[in-house]
Amino acid sequence: MKITIDQDKCVSSGQCVTAAMDVFDQRDEDGIVLLLNPAPPAELADDVRQAAAVCPALAIHVTE
Amino acid sequence: MTETLNPAGIPAFPGTRAAGCPFDPPPALQGLQEHGPLVKVKLWDDSTPWLVTRYAEQRTLLADPRVSADITRPGYPSQAPYNGGSLSFILMDDPEHARLRRMVTAPFTIKRVEAMRPVVQKIVDDLIDDLLAGPKPVDLVEAFALPVPSLVICELLGVPYTDHDFFQDNSKTIIKRSATPEQRAAAGGRLAAYLDELVGRKLDDPQDDLLSQLAVRVKAGEMSRQEAAQMGVLLLIAGHETTANMIALGTLALLRHPGQLALLRESDDPKLVAGAVEELLRYLNITHSGRRRVALADIEIAGQVIRAGDGLIMPNDIANRDATAFADPDELNIRRDARRHVAFGFGVHQCLGQPLARMELQVVYSTLYRRIPTLRLATDLDQISFKHDGQVYGVYELPLTW
Repeated sequence: MKITIDQDKCVSSGQCVTAAMDVFDQRDEDGIVLLLNPAPPAELADDVRQAAAVCPALAIHVTE
Repeated sequence: MTETLNPAGIPAFPGTRAAGCPFDPPPALQGLQEHGPLVKVKLWDDSTPWLVTRYAEQRTLLADPRVSADITRPGYPSQAPYNGGSLSFILMDDPEHARLRRMVTAPFTIKRVEAMRPVVQKIVDDLIDDLLAGPKPVDLVEAFALPVPSLVICELLGVPYTDHDFFQDNSKTIIKRSATPEQRAAAGGRLAAYLDELVGRKLDDPQDDLLSQLAVRVKAGEMSRQEAAQMGVLLLIAGHETTANMIALGTLALLRHPGQLALLRESDDPKLVAGAVEELLRYLNITHSGRRRVALADIEIAGQVIRAGDGLIMPNDIANRDATAFADPDELNIRRDARRHVAFGFGVHQCLGQPLARMELQVVYSTLYRRIPTLRLATDLDQISFKHDGQVYGVYELPLTW
């Protein structure tokens, strides 16, 4: 699984952090997404898919 | 492409809920969902925008940059005549919307919201102490559901403790049913003036709060002091009655589903509590006027072409009860995975305060019913008055005893 994020599209909802906190974080100054791990292990795959699905700005792209 | 024919002429929007089913969307709306993903409806001004009935199409359109939230554009399906007043970023498109929104996102990061959890817990615990020490029955709306978010917003904005009563009294007047439009406007004016004065104080003496952060931007010339104060008013209005209604209506829904209430009360699993919050958001849909948009270009979706300039209405209540998205959608089941609901909307305009609202509701739902396990309705369901006419749905009063 490979992840890319689009910080220009991000609206700081933070739902990716709630879904997969080992993979996503937020900038302190404006809440924009930070990618901690672009290639997370298989056990986090479901959480990452959830994060991508709930992102209101469609700013997370997952390649399986 | 075929023209969509509606079942019997063009139905009026919004519809009315069925008697005795206060938690369910209007049956006519649910009927339209069965008819198709896009149907025309008629509004108060005889305009006929599209009603987007299904979960998948609502999400697709709400996230489409060719769909505008700008109320000043022709074709925008407004709820009332637009009076030409000043607009908040809620009714703007990017890039202006994004510029303004990003000025107030910092306090709503998951980290910052989690750091507020002990403060919210204390607010909730103190209010429950007062409930338990006071007379019965009690109106939960007045004594608990409204004060919780009001005090949380004080904390967020940085309203000093000595001003809490002033802040709460005026916030209450803005949404009070018995208040006249003049009284409401006067209370709004007092709060705006107060927040403007408070921004001034934060300019001189910044603290760790949202108004101080805005004051820094005022100093840097990124926004005016008046814009900073208006942002404070917007956050108050957006976060007060909404959260209060989720507390009161959520409590009523749980009292009407005692098995679900028992599950919640007897669990100390934060995941179950968080899941219950998502399910109650999905099930109750306190925003019930539909998200309003206008198409900027021709958009092909679900076998239809939405033309540039066509209005779009996307009610989250029917999307969250769409059987293709949620199995047994009309059942309240706090153990289901409801996290993909659209109660906060979707797309770039999704509710800014949702992380804070979620945390507040987690604290309330995991505390109130455990501390008052015998909590029950002090009247009959048919005696309760629902906010059918309100911008935000809920109950006007909720008399409870224990």
